[in-house]
Order: sequence, then C-alpha cells, then structure tokens
Amino acid sequence: MTLSPDVSTGIITQNLKAYFGKVEVLKGIDISIPKFEVTAFIGPSGCGKTTFLRTLNRMHELARNATITGKVLVDGTDIYAPSVDPVLVRRKIGMVFQKPNPFPTMSVYDNVVAGLKLTGRHSRKELEEVVERTLMQAALWDEVKDSLRKSGASLSGGQQQRLCIARTLAVDPEVILMDEPASALDPISTAKIEELIFQLKDRYTIAIVTHNMQQAARVSDHTAFFYLGELIEFTNTRDMFTKPKKKQTEDYITGRFG
Amino acid sequence: MAVEIEALGGAAEAIKVEKKSIVHADTVFKSVIGFFALLVIILLVWLGLQLYASSRLAFSTIGIWAFIKGTTWDPVSGVFGALPFIYGTLVTSFLSLLIATPLGVGTAIFLAELSPKWLRRFLQPLVELLAGIPSVIYGLWGIFVLSPLMAMTVEPFLMDTFGFLPFFKGYPLGIGILTASIILAIMVVPFIISVSTEVLSTVPVSLKEGMYALGATRWETLKKISLPFAKSGIFGSVILALARALGETMAVTMVIGNTPQISKSLLDPGYSMAAVLANEFTEATTASYLSALIAIAFILLLITLTVNAVARWLIWRTTRTK
Amino acid sequence: MANDSNQVIKTVIAGSGFSYWRRKISNAIFTILFSSSIIIVLLPLLLIVGYLFYKGASSVNVNFFIHRPAPVGEAGGGMGNAIIGSLYVVGLASLIGIPVGLLGGIFLGEFPNNKLSTVARFVADVLNGTPSIVMGVFAYTVVVLPMKNFTALAGGFALGMMMIPTILRTTDEILQTVPNSIREASLALGVPYWRTVISVVLRSAKSGILTGILLAGARVLGETAPLLFTSFNNAFFSYSILQPISTLPVQIFNYAISPYKDWHRQAWAGALVLVVAILIVNVGMRTFSRQKFEQT
Repeated sequence: MTLSPDVSTGIITQNLKAYFGKVEVLKGIDISIPKFEVTAFIGPSGCGKTTFLRTLNRMHELARNATITGKVLVDGTDIYAPSVDPVLVRRKIGMVFQKPNPFPTMSVYDNVVAGLKLTGRHSRKELEEVVERTLMQAALWDEVKDSLRKSGASLSGGQQQRLCIARTLAVDPEVILMDEPASALDPISTAKIEELIFQLKDRYTIAIVTHNMQQAARVSDHTAFFYLGELIEFTNTRDMFTKPKKKQTEDYITGRFG
Repeated sequence: MAVEIEALGGAAEAIKVEKKSIVHADTVFKSVIGFFALLVIILLVWLGLQLYASSRLAFSTIGIWAFIKGTTWDPVSGVFGALPFIYGTLVTSFLSLLIATPLGVGTAIFLAELSPKWLRRFLQPLVELLAGIPSVIYGLWGIFVLSPLMAMTVEPFLMDTFGFLPFFKGYPLGIGILTASIILAIMVVPFIISVSTEVLSTVPVSLKEGMYALGATRWETLKKISLPFAKSGIFGSVILALARALGETMAVTMVIGNTPQISKSLLDPGYSMAAVLANEFTEATTASYLSALIAIAFILLLITLTVNAVARWLIWRTTRTK
Repeated sequence: MANDSNQVIKTVIAGSGFSYWRRKISNAIFTILFSSSIIIVLLPLLLIVGYLFYKGASSVNVNFFIHRPAPVGEAGGGMGNAIIGSLYVVGLASLIGIPVGLLGGIFLGEFPNNKLSTVARFVADVLNGTPSIVMGVFAYTVVVLPMKNFTALAGGFALGMMMIPTILRTTDEILQTVPNSIREASLALGVPYWRTVISVVLRSAKSGILTGILLAGARVLGETAPLLFTSFNNAFFSYSILQPISTLPVQIFNYAISPYKDWHRQAWAGALVLVVAILIVNVGMRTFSRQKFEQT
C-alpha cells in the first residue's frame, strides 16, 4: 500500500527498511513525496523521521553499520540500485542539517561555491553569478554582500543556516531535504527560514523534518506522521491537523503523547 | 565529473552519469590510505625480522642463552657475551626510575592538583621542553658539568658515608653507573610527568568534591581518591619511562665509562646495550662481530617492545575506564 | 547507624586535638614535598640551558655557520657543513616520514574504530618507543650493507622511520577532532569522499597537522644515535645522497669525546645552535597552535 496524496510524485519509497547494525529503525516505509511541494515529517524523537530523511539522499549509509533494504525511487530510478553513484544522488538531492555547519575555514563566498569548486571546474564569472543568485534565493545577499570574504563561521546562527541553504542551492539540486533546519535558531531567524521554504517550493521539492508541529502546519503542504519506525499517517497538512484518521496521530497532535 | 544541470526529468539520467569514475576514485583513495596504515604495521614486522635474520649467525654459533649469559666481551679473540651490557642497561634504567618516579609523580601531583592554573600553563611547557632537548646535549652536559661534580663532591661523600656498602666502593671517577643513572633520570622524568599529569586530570571532580565535603585535607583526598584512581595510569607512565631509559643511547654512552664489566659498585664504570652499539658498530670488521652487535640490538628491541606494550596497555586501561 | 556516621563526620570535620594537628601537618608536609619536586625537576633544565649559553655563546659567530671543521690545532673552523648536513638528512627523512605518516594517519583519523586503525595505532605507539639506535641498526642492515657505503640516504631512512609514528598519531588525533558535521555537509553537496577529506577535512585540520610534522622534524633533528653508522660523518661540505654526510648532533658527539679543548668549545657552540633551533620550533609551534586553539 502506498500512501499517496493526489499529486504527481517526486520520490517514492517501497518497503524501505533501515538498520543500525541489527536494530531496525525503519520498519518498511511506503510513501510518495510530491514534486514542488513541501512535505513535513513529524513524530516524537526516536520515531525514525530523521533516519528516513537521511535514506532519501543516501546519507544514512555513511553512519557505522547503517544499512537499508527496499527501494527509493527518484523519478522512477532506484537510487540504491548498484549502478547508481551515491555522490551524484547527493548532488541531485541536497540536505540542510539541524545545526548550521558552514565550512569553518572558508569564507562566505567559498562556502557557497564549495560544492561546485570541489566537483568540477567553473569560470570565475560563473561562480560569482552563482554566489549572488543563491544568496539572494536564500535571502542573505543584502546582509553579506559586503563581507563575502569574511569567514563563514563569523555569521550569526540564522545567517549561517541561510548560508548553508545557499550552499545547497548552488549545486542545483532538485530536492532539498531539511533536518529540523530551524531548531537551533531564534524565533526571528526561524521565521526567515520558514519564509524561505515557502519561496523555494516553486522550484524545488522540499522534505522537512521537524519536531515543531506549528512549524509543520505553517510551512508544509503534506505531513507524514512517524511513530516507532513506522509511517502512521500521511495526508495533506490541513487534514492532518484538523481531522486525523488515526488515534496515534491525534494523540500526538493534541499533545497526549508520552 | 561535470555537474549535470538539467530539467527535472533528467534527474535519473544525471544520477547514473559517470558514476564509475567517482566510485572508483573513492575506493582507490580508501585503499591508498589504508595501505599506508598497513605499512606502519609492516614496518614493525620488517624491523623485527630483519634484525632477527641478521643476528642469526651470532645466535647459531654461540647459542642464544650462552650469548645472553656470557660475561666476557672480547671481539679481538671472538668471544661475545652480552651480559655486561644487559646488566648495565637494566641497572642504570632501574636506578634512574628510582630517582625519577618520586620526582615525576610529585611534580605531576603538583601540576594537576596544587598548582594554580596560570602556573601550570607556564610550567607544563617547560617540562615538555626538557623532553625536547636532544640526548647528545645531556651527554655533553654530563661529561663536562655533572661528571666533575660527581667526582669532586657527590661520590667522595657517598664513599665516606655509605662506603661500608658494596654499592659505594671504588674510586670517585665521576663516570660510571651512578652518573649514567642520574642523567637518565633527568631525561625520563618529563615522560612520567606528562602522562601522570594527564591521568590525574581525568579523576572526576565529583569524587574529589565528595571527599572535600567530608572535611578531608588535600593530602587525604589525594591519597584516598586521586592516587588510587590514577594508579595504573601512573604505573604505565613509569613503565613508559623505563622503555625510554632502556634504549637511551648518547647520554649514557658519554658518561657510563664504556667498560664491559659487571660490578656491584655503582661508582664503577659499566656499559649498556645501546652504548656498545654506538661505540663499536663502525668497528665491527668481521661478520660474527657485526652479527653479535645486531643480536644485542635485537634483544634490546624485544625488551623495549614488551615494556612499551605493557605501558600502553596500562595507560589505555585507565584513560578508557574514566 | 545514623549516629555512627554523624560521629565520623564530626570527627573528620572538627578533628580532635592531636589527630587534627597531625592531619594538618601531614597535609602541609606533602604540599611542600610536591611543590619542591617541580623545582628539582626544572633545575637541570636551567643548568643545561645556562651552561649552553655560558660555554657556547662565545664560539658562535659567522665562521661557525659558514666554515667546515678545521684540523686540530688550527684556529677557526665551524660546523657549516654539519648544519647543512643535518637539514639535508632531515629533509630526506621528511620525504619518507611525511607521506607515510600523513596518509596512514588520515586512515586512522577517518576510520578510528576500524580494526586496522586500532592495530596500527598500537604499533605506532610501540614504534615510537623503539630505541633510536635500533632504528640505526635497522637502517644499517637494509641500506648501508647492501650499498656497501655509509650514505646520507641511510641516515634519512633511519630518521624517516622515526618520524612516521609521530606524524601518524598527531594526524590521527587531529582528524578525530574535526566534527562530523563538516564531513556530512560536504558529502551532502555531492562532493566525493576523497575530495571531502582532502579539501574540507584536511583543510580544517591544517595547522594541527603542520604542527605535528614540524615537531616530528624538530625531534629527529637532535637525534645522534641512528646517524652514527648510517650517514656517518664527513669533514667536507657534501650534497650527495650516496655519500656520508656530516650532521650537527654527530659532530657535537665526536667533538665532545675528543681530547681537545678547541673542539670542546666547538661542541658547546654546536649544542647551543642545535638546542636554540629545536626550542624555536617547539615554542613557536606551541604558541601558534594555542592561538589557533583559542580562536575557535
């Protein structure tokens, strides 16, 4: 059974199971994530939502003893097929992490173009264009355009996170995965990130993990509720928060969960 | 490696493009660095086998035990007994630890427990500088400063006061087992200090505070909490220092007197395994002479390997279980 | 039970007469003992450095740096050839020690829990404690004997062997302190793993690794024992990898055990130059890395 809102799909998973060693942390997930929309993953900590996100661009397998079974189809191609290179998968499916992680030894400019510079040759002009375009997209341009040569680590936390988003955009992905991108930020920075997500969904498929239900309600078109490694419910966000079908979902949303 | 920038439908194709070269590069990279990590292990094995192979001649003609137990070293008549060197190495090393251990542990306690932070930050680098001074400099200082001092003052005093003991009979030459041990003690004490300080610093503050809260003095807390906790790590640091002392060459060569004899008196000159290598290696003209010297190097390697392995294991055990 | 422990605490806190003072006094005695041991430990350092300047400074002049040794009885002469020779041999050693130590160290730091890493780490620590003279004997059997000649190469080989464990372990430890989030950030951009390590991980660990390399170099710069029968000695300026070469520590040793007053003076001067060079690297690196550390 594939839970699927009625929209054209970007990512489909089929019986996706993830393990750390022998521990099964995802117990067979079937979901299809729609294109050009924002899908939020919610659930109590330890429910597997972050692990699920990390299986979508093959970051999961970087952890020790981490394995998966099942399929993840991106536009019909199984990204876990033996012929597929995880490096190229990650270029198409970018990721923004919970804690802003700009490269500490690089300037703002170099941070943005790091993905391009480290994977191929590009002209100076091309790079400059990318920097300006992505920093604008990330709503950071006005704040840093005079200090592009300063260390990326010198920015504030919220600016660092938007820098990381710009860095992700620079390699021109089609999907952006966000793992609690605002949980380490203050309310004002959080608002900026949420606004950004709203603007980005025109051009990108976005999947966001959040522990903050209001945030999920604000930014997402669809919401998936995970519990104990299983996908309990997946529907459009308004229905999820107004008339959940499952008891567990309702308990969680109304805060009746342990 | 060019990044394919395509419309959305192209994602699948883009993912498959050129995958082979990149996966290959990562595999190659991991294999290369893995090879160099392996190389370090190979080096140690090679070192052991090489020295063993080169000392086989001596071991087979003399016999391993006869070689180790032999008390006469006379290259001219082809008699090779290594005991005087083994004896000199062991005696100077243990004597140096006898001097260095209390000083080193005392200093470590001072640095870790008593000293204010600013003083520790000033003193610790000084101790480490002590470890950075080359052996030959200690030897130079030993010949021209320490050994006259020993001959003029220290050794006559020891003979007058403790002369009834067999350890302090003989002549105040200034060079010999005792002087070598003192130089060695100065050289190995930084090792005891730096490891012991580190181990003492891992004692949980909560444990110490619990003791202080009972009204215990600093010394009592140290005796009851810190020292038992850090015991095996400190012991490890002493063993580590022992390994250093066993293999220390230049300073010992310059002050031990270089006489292959076994004497009870600490004032008499002696010899050590490392010193005989330093002095006689370039003079070894016959194959059996050379092989006998390499056999000494091989025995020295085995001793230090064992001692080092024990020390590492002890230190690893304490820092692990914190 | 409660009464008992109350009693204990009371006794410990208030003490009673004699025992209280005994505890106070033993605390004071041990405090004094521990504090004085640091003085005894540092005394030799002061004496040695003091003597180096006292005996050596007067003979360190321009000639010392540019001339080769003069025959006994002739005034002047210097250790120019030995200074160059030392740098030459340490340079050769770096050609062996840096690549092996660095690349192996990257593996250990990147895969810290791998079985190979655990074993290699232990072996490196053991190798680090192997007597330098044994390394000399090793170099003798594998380089000098087959080539039938004392060579600068053999000296470089011996010292290179000694640099490996130091560089390996510093690289290992520093890479382990590089946060994983940096690696993930790069990998998530679709940067290949090898490129991530070289351009992102190593780049942020640069100064620490450099410190390790320089400290390893400074350490072998002062080594004498492994050079005695590998690079041997040479009274002339030599730049050949296949000839014996003079080095500062060996020259100091030979002069120190000689019977000539002139040579003793030269030995002190050489010792001063050697120690100052090593101290500069040590102190320089320490302050450098501390600044780096405090910045972040």
